[in-house]
Amino acid sequence: MNEDIKSFTISIYTENNIGLLNRISAIFQRRHINIESLTTSQSEIDGVNRFVIVVNITETNATKIVKQIEKQVETIRAYYHTEDETIFTESCMFKIKSDLLFNEPQIQNIIKESYARIVTVNKEFFVLEKSGRRNEIESLRRDLNVFGIMQFVRSGRIAVTKDEMKVTELLKAFNNQ
Amino acid sequence: MKTQTINKKQEVAEKTERITGSEAIVKSLIAEGVDILYGYPGGAIMPVYDELYKFQDKIHHVLTRHEQGAAHAAQGYARISGKVGVAMATSGPGATNLITGIADAQIDSTPLVCITGQVFSHLLGSDAFQETDIVGISTPVTKWNCQVTKAEDIPGAIAKAFYIAKSGRPGPVLVDITKDAQITEFDFRYEKCDGVRSYNPVPKTSQEAVNAAAELINNAKKPMIVWGQGVILGQAEEELKTVIEKAGIPAAWTILGASALPTSHPLNIGMVGMHGNYAPNKLTNECDVLIAIGMRFDDRVTGSLDTYAKQAKIIHFDIDPAEIDKNVKTDVAVLGNSKESLAMLADALNKNSHESWLQEFKDLYAIEFEKVIKGDLHPTKEGLTMGEVLKQINIESKGNAAIVSDVGQHQMIACRYADFNVSKSNITSGGLGTMGFALPAAIGAKMAAPEREVVAIIGDGGYQMNIQELGTIFQQKTAVKIVVLNNEFLGMVRQWQQLFFDKRYASTEMTNPNFVAIAEGYYIKARKVTKRDELEEAVKEMMASKESYFLEVCVEKEDNVFPMIPSGASVSDVRLS
Repeated sequence: MNEDIKSFTISIYTENNIGLLNRISAIFQRRHINIESLTTSQSEIDGVNRFVIVVNITETNATKIVKQIEKQVETIRAYYHTEDETIFTESCMFKIKSDLLFNEPQIQNIIKESYARIVTVNKEFFVLEKSGRRNEIESLRRDLNVFGIMQFVRSGRIAVTKDEMKVTELLKAFNNQ
Repeated sequence: MKTQTINKKQEVAEKTERITGSEAIVKSLIAEGVDILYGYPGGAIMPVYDELYKFQDKIHHVLTRHEQGAAHAAQGYARISGKVGVAMATSGPGATNLITGIADAQIDSTPLVCITGQVFSHLLGSDAFQETDIVGISTPVTKWNCQVTKAEDIPGAIAKAFYIAKSGRPGPVLVDITKDAQITEFDFRYEKCDGVRSYNPVPKTSQEAVNAAAELINNAKKPMIVWGQGVILGQAEEELKTVIEKAGIPAAWTILGASALPTSHPLNIGMVGMHGNYAPNKLTNECDVLIAIGMRFDDRVTGSLDTYAKQAKIIHFDIDPAEIDKNVKTDVAVLGNSKESLAMLADALNKNSHESWLQEFKDLYAIEFEKVIKGDLHPTKEGLTMGEVLKQINIESKGNAAIVSDVGQHQMIACRYADFNVSKSNITSGGLGTMGFALPAAIGAKMAAPEREVVAIIGDGGYQMNIQELGTIFQQKTAVKIVVLNNEFLGMVRQWQQLFFDKRYASTEMTNPNFVAIAEGYYIKARKVTKRDELEEAVKEMMASKESYFLEVCVEKEDNVFPMIPSGASVSDVRLS
């Protein structure tokens, strides 16, 4: 009976309204589900926002949560997907002392091999940016940590699905009812 | 079609008038057909009250004695009438006092529009006097809420609020309006809302799903219906009756479904759940097809889910897709409005009867009658029972009264024994179990349906949670009948302490005041009954009264409510003693 806990990406199309984030996060809070990451942005449709939320839960809970999210008046549609069903990435930034770039030749190799991008360099520090899977970012962080990192920050997951979302059709259908 | 739209637009434009936000609030309420609202004034809502003063002939504001009373009164109004109840309060404590009523309305799907005043928008977030983030606080317990900071957004927000509150699965909404929005002038015009693009209130009923349900039912040997409030909210009482009668299906109800089908109907087999009837609980685990209609498999209904109706195919009719498979896995889900889906089901059902199956319910009823009901309704012991009070009320009301009950033992007794001939007559706090609900809810119910007899049945505990509303009853001359069943205990908690905590009666014994004197202090006619031979005459006098009437009945202190499914046990383990 015990169901496996898996990582699910929950995608939510919503109206762009103040307070909706609160309403949506409350649904996770009630069931004591920890949000691994949450990103919100404009979607492919003008005026429609998209949330991408990553949680580790059972599939049964994922279905229930998605329905409860969808029930909110300002949610247009919510979906859940497994990792296999999405293309996803995260991005991160490192702030590192500039001296190291010249004194530690290995750093240049690490940057090259990890396909990280230098965003800016000045006398005191340089900023490195990298997008990719969590393990790639983690391995880069470990490698750079040896030399000292002034600041590190990582974004939540962003994901697109392999399946079509059909939200535009849905909106049309709602309006014609 | 196009010219019509243009004409409509011109008509609307002509109706524009320059008024303040607060006048717009009142005019918007009037445009939504609001005739009564319940509330309490205060600093941040005063401009609206000033307008209410001007529009007294069109809209009646009822001053309750506490904002919680206003919210529950609006609920009572909504529950008996099917219309949207309206409550109003000021910012800060006024708004937070509404929360219990809002949470109650959310879990019991009651359409409510709450309007709260808010501090000036330039003060938002600054911890101003009586500022509270009521939108944040009410978010988890509202169907929708919003804050309005500009006068011109008021009519749109109120129109949307009414539309959302009453459409689909109803629920409470809250509109928080800053004081600057209330006092600013703008060009007002009102258009009712008929849709919100991200919101699909009534999912379409699928003919295939109805057919699949009908096939299961047509082939069933032991079908059983459990209906809930969805039947009442969908105004599908007739359709339910047609389904039940055509297919000859025994039908039970949840606490909020009570009164959708008359108590006396031969296929009405009683209440399910923790203190429901013996037969429908027991036979939930014997039926072959369980048809759930507009109910949500609450834990008080199902007991342990692991042993709930495992042998049966489950069909679930509901308007809310989030209810499907939430607690009980269904074999066939039929979405949509119950009025429509039940009519479709009735067409697809074969005429049938299940006499021997129905007999099983009757046989178990006979056992329940011997072991429980007889002692409740025809007691031979000295002390008065709650059940015999209900029996007496039934005799006088002929089953036509609306019964507004509070929460606890008396509530279970009221729901089990009250006779209902008319739908929307069982007004009680089902999901939230809010003590203090009944007295204010009865006020709202009586005002919405003044032609009906409204009897509040309340315990001595819950009565004292909103006893201040006697002031509202007195001021408004609301002819509600108040029955307090006084056992000098928080009876249901005491019952649990007796059964599960070795009779350690921690903080459940109550030393009560002179309730008659209190009622009389509010100039409400009052009487106290301590002996059986006084009961009949006292109930007669109460029911005959044209004005409000308070009746205290001192009942047996340590009576228990049975049947009972102990918390976490299976429905088939329902106990009779």
